[in-house]
Amino acid sequence: MKVATAYPGTPSSEILQEMTQYKEVYAEWSPNEKVAVEVAAGAAVAGARAMASMKHVGLNVASDPFMTLAYTGIKGGLVIIVCDDPFVHSSQNEQDSRNWARFAKVPMFEPGDAQECHDFVKLAFDVSEKFDTPVLIRGETRVCHADSPVVLGERKESAVPLGLDPKTAPKYVMVPANVRVRRPIVEQRMKKLEAFADKFKGNKMEIHDRNIGVITSGAAYMYTKDVFPNYSYLKLGMVWPLPKKMLADFFKKVKKVIIVEELDPFLETEIKALGYKIWHGKDLVPTMFELTPEIVEKSLKGKTYKAPKVRVKPEDLPRRPPNMCPGCSHRALFYSLKKLGAYVFGDIGCYTLGVAPPLQALHSCVCMGASIGEAFGAGKALGQEGLGKVCAVIGDSTFLHGGVPPLMDTVYNKGYSTTIICDNRITGMTGLQEHPGTGYTAAGEPANMVNYPDLARALGIKNVRTVDPYNVAETMEVIREELNRDEASVIVTENGPCMLHRREKRKFQYPYYQIDVETCRGCKACLEIGCPAISWQEVSEADSMTKDGKKRKGVVSINRSVCPGCGLCHQICKFEAIVPGQA
Amino acid sequence: MKTNNNVVTNVLLSGVGGQGTILASNILTEVFLGAGYDVKKSEVHGMAQRGGDVTTHFRFGKKVYSPLIKYGDVDFLVSFEELEALRYINWVKDDGKVIINEQQVLPPAVNLGLAVYPPNVEETFKKFFKENVHVIKGQDIALKLGDVRAANVVLVGAFSNFFKFKEETWIEALTALLPKKIHELNIAAFKEGRKAL
Repeated sequence: MKVATAYPGTPSSEILQEMTQYKEVYAEWSPNEKVAVEVAAGAAVAGARAMASMKHVGLNVASDPFMTLAYTGIKGGLVIIVCDDPFVHSSQNEQDSRNWARFAKVPMFEPGDAQECHDFVKLAFDVSEKFDTPVLIRGETRVCHADSPVVLGERKESAVPLGLDPKTAPKYVMVPANVRVRRPIVEQRMKKLEAFADKFKGNKMEIHDRNIGVITSGAAYMYTKDVFPNYSYLKLGMVWPLPKKMLADFFKKVKKVIIVEELDPFLETEIKALGYKIWHGKDLVPTMFELTPEIVEKSLKGKTYKAPKVRVKPEDLPRRPPNMCPGCSHRALFYSLKKLGAYVFGDIGCYTLGVAPPLQALHSCVCMGASIGEAFGAGKALGQEGLGKVCAVIGDSTFLHGGVPPLMDTVYNKGYSTTIICDNRITGMTGLQEHPGTGYTAAGEPANMVNYPDLARALGIKNVRTVDPYNVAETMEVIREELNRDEASVIVTENGPCMLHRREKRKFQYPYYQIDVETCRGCKACLEIGCPAISWQEVSEADSMTKDGKKRKGVVSINRSVCPGCGLCHQICKFEAIVPGQA
Repeated sequence: MKTNNNVVTNVLLSGVGGQGTILASNILTEVFLGAGYDVKKSEVHGMAQRGGDVTTHFRFGKKVYSPLIKYGDVDFLVSFEELEALRYINWVKDDGKVIINEQQVLPPAVNLGLAVYPPNVEETFKKFFKENVHVIKGQDIALKLGDVRAANVVLVGAFSNFFKFKEETWIEALTALLPKKIHELNIAAFKEGRKAL
């Protein structure tokens, strides 16, 4: 492989992160998944082996080039890895990516563990070049975020020569006349791939108990095999197209067939359409959320399943929901927005946590970049009534991913919504990846750095402001002014790098803050920011008075080892009970 | 029907983000892979990088399929925080073994005075698992050695007593994973942990 591209997204981010250690491979963080697929496609058309990786919803963004690349075919191998997130651990929906393979008419492999990931990528490049097609590989959380031993192979260079040949150009130029030439080739290719599926090494039949045979794939195979080791299995390493002869053979060899698959009844629908009768499938196995060994066992055993005994009811225990880090600049920003009563259209990133109590300052969050278009649209709908209220909040990486076209629309079509770019200098939520605004490449080399105010002005935004999000009074004033302006505005937060960022750190004035226990009235105003360092305790009768003689029920304390000294709580306290600590 | 003679041992590590559960599970991986076992390890964490609960499913045996432990099948629960131990109490087999670090990290609802941190975690475990419950003062031990962050390795030391590997095998694994400047501290933490159980 020569070129690897990606936009970070759970659970796919680690793929490109690991690729940067192979110096013989060019690896980049692309601004979004569409660009990632286009860059990889360009490399493939030029003859190199290339790979683009992304999370499931990333392929929605990249679907435009992807769907047509299925027509053009490739030259060097092109592999697209798409990682699903059953149970939505960290996503905005739970779509099943296998549907893309059928939709685009391309083959899809589904590995079940690390060794298969290694082996299938290699096979995918071979299949891509042999059948002149992009190949999809479906990952999912329990494959992507699981470790198991891998036997590595030798690096083999592709036999495909580099270079563009003018004679083959019509194959890649998708004007209608050429499309009509390619269209039947796509169908013929699927027929050839169907025949290949029967010979594919990743499709395995294991015959044990002939009474029950399970057709399954990926992690679902691992769970089922663990719980029912004696059943017979047809494990599909290639989930599209299906191996028809192998299926016929399996249905002959076993009496009753169960299909165990995560999410949609993809295999079930297709296998039933081939005329087979199955014993069980989605009548027992859930169609949503992820499978686990327990869920597979419970589903298939039904009434005979014996649940482990409940010693403590987990629902009685306090939860640990995700929260912004102590000192995070987003916390300060959302506090300001809440106080202003703004209609906040949010976006994808850590700042989506602004929805959680006690901040509860978000009204919408759909997909990468949606905040800006939605805020603009809401402004058009609300008219004068929405003026002074409507804004979009979007992170730096997300803005560069999908925020520029809707911002252009906002100013072009005379919207009044305010776009707040909360620039924490990195792609935060997925684990600190570089992007075109950080000034560094994936490999850590210095690079061009997008200047957000300049970019906004170039789009035609006249009102571009910067704020220090940690200064609540100033931030609220600037946001209030821009919300009330009957024109598009952009506000960029400055000097608020992600608290986990290693290269950029905000220097706070004091190492931490502490409570003046004599003064604290226990009013709980500082609890409104949901800072993990701040806690509240009831006080005894003896401590129920402040030093200036005010009655109180409790006092607040600040955990010194957790507090980074951002000073947000200090600004909120009306009684000067939160004071700087000394190192 | 054939019986399944492939015995897989299930270790569930639980804690709060930042406590070093991942390093601890990496040490286990080194040791058990080195001993020729098939190993699968799966990290389970929510969205935020800090403060949320973190669990690692670690499984070893002749051949391991699922990266996830089946609910109720845990042989060893190794918890870095008391509430995070209690959260997984139903996962442990009746004869399972439990190692709990004596530490409480208060969750947000407790901080806000909206919930109570569960009292008597040790007693609750002892009621069900009797002498198979081991509470380790990981923080105190690590602090005495000079760095509270080594508490995770103290727990690995305690856990190591359940297996026949030599002390050197564990120390080799942890020195292979850690930068040289903290070798001394972590070897000491491991040894103290091994003595603590």
